[in-house]
Amino acid sequence: MLKQIEGSQAVAQAVALCRPEVICAYPISPQTHIVEGLSRIVKSGQLKPCEFVNVESEFAAMSVAIGASATGARAYTATASQGLLYMTEALYNASGLGLPIVMTVANRAIGAPINIWNDHSDSMSQRDSGWIQLYVESNQEAVDVHIQAFRIAEALSLPVMVCMDGFILTHAMERVEIPEPEQVDRFLPPFEPRQLLDPAAPVTIGAMVGPEAYTEVRYLAHYKQMQALDLIPEVASAFETSFGRPSGGLVRGYRSSDAETIVVALGSVMGTVEDVIDELRQAGLRIGAVAVKSFRPWPRDEVRSALQGARRVVVLEKALSIGIGGIVSQNVHGALEGLPVSVHTAIAGLGGRPIFKESLRTLFLKAHADALPGTTFVDLDEGLIDTELARMLADRRSGPHAENMLRELGTVRAGAV
Amino acid sequence: MTPADPTGTRLKFFQTGSFAAGNRLLDAEQRSVQASPERANAITCGHRACQGCGEALGARYALDAAMRATGGDLIAANATGCLEVFSTPYPESSWQLPWIHSLFGNAPAVATGVAAALRAKGNTHTRVVGQGGDGGTVDIGMACLSGMFERGDDVLYICYDNEAYMNTGVQRSGATPEAARTSTTQAVGEEPGAPWGQGKNAALIALAHEIPYVATATIGDLRDLERKVQSAMEIRGARYIHLLVTCPLGWGSPSSDSIKLARLATETGLFPVWEGERGDIVSVSKIRRLQPVEEYLKLQTRFRHLFSPTRRDDVIARIQAKADRNIERFGLLEVDSEELEHSEEQELRLEGGS
Repeated sequence: MLKQIEGSQAVAQAVALCRPEVICAYPISPQTHIVEGLSRIVKSGQLKPCEFVNVESEFAAMSVAIGASATGARAYTATASQGLLYMTEALYNASGLGLPIVMTVANRAIGAPINIWNDHSDSMSQRDSGWIQLYVESNQEAVDVHIQAFRIAEALSLPVMVCMDGFILTHAMERVEIPEPEQVDRFLPPFEPRQLLDPAAPVTIGAMVGPEAYTEVRYLAHYKQMQALDLIPEVASAFETSFGRPSGGLVRGYRSSDAETIVVALGSVMGTVEDVIDELRQAGLRIGAVAVKSFRPWPRDEVRSALQGARRVVVLEKALSIGIGGIVSQNVHGALEGLPVSVHTAIAGLGGRPIFKESLRTLFLKAHADALPGTTFVDLDEGLIDTELARMLADRRSGPHAENMLRELGTVRAGAV
Repeated sequence: MTPADPTGTRLKFFQTGSFAAGNRLLDAEQRSVQASPERANAITCGHRACQGCGEALGARYALDAAMRATGGDLIAANATGCLEVFSTPYPESSWQLPWIHSLFGNAPAVATGVAAALRAKGNTHTRVVGQGGDGGTVDIGMACLSGMFERGDDVLYICYDNEAYMNTGVQRSGATPEAARTSTTQAVGEEPGAPWGQGKNAALIALAHEIPYVATATIGDLRDLERKVQSAMEIRGARYIHLLVTCPLGWGSPSSDSIKLARLATETGLFPVWEGERGDIVSVSKIRRLQPVEEYLKLQTRFRHLFSPTRRDDVIARIQAKADRNIERFGLLEVDSEELEHSEEQELRLEGGS
């Protein structure tokens, strides 16, 4: 059914259609509306059977999901930012145990300085956690990919993170097609666990594994993610057949097949990127974009083939690996090994800074003219940086940077996001 | 008393003279689950616990009692720690019941998840036990434990308290008694051992959650433990048993003294044994023969610095004062005449039996 609906509520309805049996909830912005929506759905009896567990932390949320999944229940939770970090230990455990939990990450920056707005620092920090990471561009895709995520997770016995931009998507009211329950039931079979805590056939789960087999256990986790490179497009294609619209997959090109300059991005910023590309195309530039939909597993071959015709690639990143720069761009570099394509990193949108068309146009034109340095911080307030650097030089005890710079900006500008 | 065995099998006399024994000389209904050839052996032989390990013994009795109470329909969630490590050196596993180990600090939450899954599946018969050591329970697992309690999740959580992080090499925990030497509270300086005024009483914290059932027990009275596990399994909701288990390695005591030490912990008043329901203590195990704390302390090298090279009467007196406070606070010595008669009768029967 077509609805005008908030992204979080749409995701809540989509998750409910997947009939999770255990939902663990802990509030954190900007994810909270999702579990609020699910709370209403479960409490009103629309989703049965389902246990909605209000836990005391994100660490507990993932731990309850682990116990539930190991007992054969379809388990779901949602988190963001600090919450994702707080459950990190349990994240690795869930993937190490091979439990097909599905979790929404409403992407948000990480403190300090505390910041509730969108970027990809949180999920990017967990790229090695063994979870499949799928990034969605729109609320429609968020709905669709959640449905696909359960099928992918359960087919491989691996957990899946669906990453959607906090606020930009979670709090946006949009027209979204919410599938009918029968459609989802046909697409997503009931959960048949590969391993199960069952007194009728007792197994030990989570035993200590020493050097004699640890490498092999890890290899198998990697092998399963590599299998996901086949499965994710299969599931996306099956979804398109069943639901009549494309969603998910590994990568998606936009006017990229003949492009000399290709922009690589993840998530909702693709909308702005496409608008700018359309304008630049009209001006005669051969420019296109590639959206990375699956960051883990990393679709190396698909990325390579999508980018190999380009002369240069600009990776637009909403995260930063401090001490080296871009994260996605390192992966893109690897995918383009041996090809004469230059890769540029553009860090943008950190902590919710809006990514304006004008900034992107300037960036892309500069790239197209081969005038872009290796790493660019889009819309960086260099004056502010210089003032703070000068303060640091003048006084060893110059105080905390964040507070100093906010004071410099003044109340009005600091409040104007 | 005449030895009688309804199954007609040959009697085997073991652990005679001990209240801890699974003694076949008792009437069938009074026997330990360990006396039954039908026992679950939930944690079966071949594991790698130390000789005299109180945790292995306690887990065996507790889980076999829980298995008996549930007809073997039980799932266990285990915290990281000695019990987890010595029972599952892959590919070996001692567990004869479905068992999951996830992390150090999340066993109560994993148990909650198991219970939630069972409920969602309409399974009302399978029961859930969470378990861990004192570190995994009172320190790193406290938040998950408290959450499990306040939500009233249908889980019995058992803490095997050996009063320090034994698995990592005897470091102080929130359950380490004052003045005890651990590898992070060394027996040096003016106040050797664990500092005074620190530590927490997890059983009273559990009681404060007003959950249906809280009990303390020791491996010095395994029949009492079995009875408490049985009681706990007859109730739904969040339940907690705090079990004192000796650790020959960490306490510096002979393996052969494990039971004796656990008994001395209660007989001195240092470890009060009680049962509570919904916020109130409803029964207390009385001290049978009051012992000075010195009798308990002197058997353990973790307290050796209190006796040599210089005897620290001041510290011993402080520990005695703590025991005295427990005795008064929990009413550990108030014995009415009827109970006294009964306990003497029990004693005679058991001595006659041996």
